[in-house]
Amino acid sequence: MAAEVAPATKPSPTKTGRLYRKLVIGLPFFWLLVFFLAPFFIVFKISLSQIALAQPPYLPAFPLESLPEFWSNLKQFSLDNYRWLAGDPLYINSYLSSLKIAAIATAVTLLVGYPLAYGMARAPRGLRPILVLLTILPFWTSFLIRVYAWIGILKTDGLLNQFLMWLGVISSPLVIMNTNLAVYIGIVYSYLPFMVLPIYASLERMDHRLVEAAKDLGCPPVKAFWAITFPLSRPGVIAGIMLVFIPAVGEFVIPDLLGGSRTLMIGKTLWNEFFSNRDWPVSSAVAILLLLALVLPIVWFQRAQAKATGNA
Amino acid sequence: MSKHWSPFNIVSVVLGFAFLYLPIVLLIIYSFNASRLVTVWAGFSTVWYRELWNDQALLDAAWVTIRVALLSASLATILGTLAATALVRFFDFRGRLLFTGMVYAPLVMPEVITGLSLLLLFVALDFDRGFWTVTIAHVTFSMCFVAVVVQSRLVTFDRSLEEAAQDLGCPPWKAFFLITLPVIWPAVAAGWMLAFTLSLDDLVIASFTSGPGATTLPMKIYSQVRLGVTPKINAVSTLLVAVVAVGVIAAALVTKRREVRRRRDERLAAGG
Repeated sequence: MAAEVAPATKPSPTKTGRLYRKLVIGLPFFWLLVFFLAPFFIVFKISLSQIALAQPPYLPAFPLESLPEFWSNLKQFSLDNYRWLAGDPLYINSYLSSLKIAAIATAVTLLVGYPLAYGMARAPRGLRPILVLLTILPFWTSFLIRVYAWIGILKTDGLLNQFLMWLGVISSPLVIMNTNLAVYIGIVYSYLPFMVLPIYASLERMDHRLVEAAKDLGCPPVKAFWAITFPLSRPGVIAGIMLVFIPAVGEFVIPDLLGGSRTLMIGKTLWNEFFSNRDWPVSSAVAILLLLALVLPIVWFQRAQAKATGNA
Repeated sequence: MSKHWSPFNIVSVVLGFAFLYLPIVLLIIYSFNASRLVTVWAGFSTVWYRELWNDQALLDAAWVTIRVALLSASLATILGTLAATALVRFFDFRGRLLFTGMVYAPLVMPEVITGLSLLLLFVALDFDRGFWTVTIAHVTFSMCFVAVVVQSRLVTFDRSLEEAAQDLGCPPWKAFFLITLPVIWPAVAAGWMLAFTLSLDDLVIASFTSGPGATTLPMKIYSQVRLGVTPKINAVSTLLVAVVAVGVIAAALVTKRREVRRRRDERLAAGG
């Protein structure tokens, strides 16, 4: 994405010009306001409501109908759900454990993804588009299927254990399935392309003559890497970390299918609260707190995106 | 750079791709397993594919998924292209900061949050959950992916062509369709493909926003995976992977050919 910035336009003077402008901005703006922003306010509202044996299963359901009712309904709102969340160690532990699992998995993804991206950026020029396509391809194939594929590999009688026992490395099968280790493997595997592509994009743009010049002047390769290559690839590294960490915190499919009953992740807790306990207010409160935890990284990511595409 | 493709680089690329592809390859191989046990090889067989064909519930789910994906990808492409145009062309409208935020946030928003919030919206609006709610939900998150893809193409597009047309009295929408769209077309098509596969894949958001009679294929697969690994799931997965892989590779080849031609045309136009 070039850093070139198109000049700001003045509003078109003609009537059709104004209409065009209104439609181009208005349609997607309206859609996102209704289907992306407004739902968050509803989630917030319901997170302050109480669970009820009704359809929909929360009270007060429609507090904005008339003013007197509005005030009496307003009194029914409470922070009970949040107090409940704070009081039950399940939720706090889910949050902390989600952040921990996502952080460790992101770090491992970076360690695996960086050499891959670096190798791709150094590949012969004609080979690079094919390598990029090969990185993107798994991203297009179903996430669920890619996670599912690991079950057959990691199971106690799975392919990995069979292979290792055939090699004679181990005598009894390793227990990987239904542990946090399986969750780490799942996250690293599923999110690897998100880490590799931005790092590759920033490394590919880099002028490698800088490193050669440093070497000519007697700089050892490792030092040249940390002094030149890594700083130049930092925008890609930051984008990659955000693209992996933020969705990984709220991940549901991976901990549910690969993790065990003791694997606590907030996305899974929310899902269970909603689908098994049918407690909409508490799951809304969980969602609000998850959102709050992610606001800073999301804003940071948007800033970096806007800067990279020249729309700040 | 190319003269320095060191053994270390080659090894990291090969290992990286082995890690990315080996699980999918194993999944495909074991879909042709004659045994009911996924991890014990008992000879080649296509029995699981034949069994798929007789599973009416699965076929119904596939049909729902394809309809949702076609419709939501098309709507998302229209809205996403408009959003990208708004971001690249108009810099001074009110709420631009909010708009930019709403375009980028869904890219990283955890799916459980998007799913839950949309469901609560549909309930508050008293909207019957089913085909349409899943479609709306998919449009909402995939239009942002389309916007990003199209935007990256639009920023490098030579704006003066469009301006020249407008100076000569061409209305802006006509200039968009006659000049801009033919040039950014590959990015729009890529955006559509992306939106289509995102919709095809989605489990979490569909589970929240779907209703009776609108079970999608990922929801069906998920409920079967929870019961255990079977070669039948491998078979349906293999078909999905194959469809997407063929589509993506074909699209990449077409885009590349167009790109080469476009570069040549632009060079000719600049030179002439």
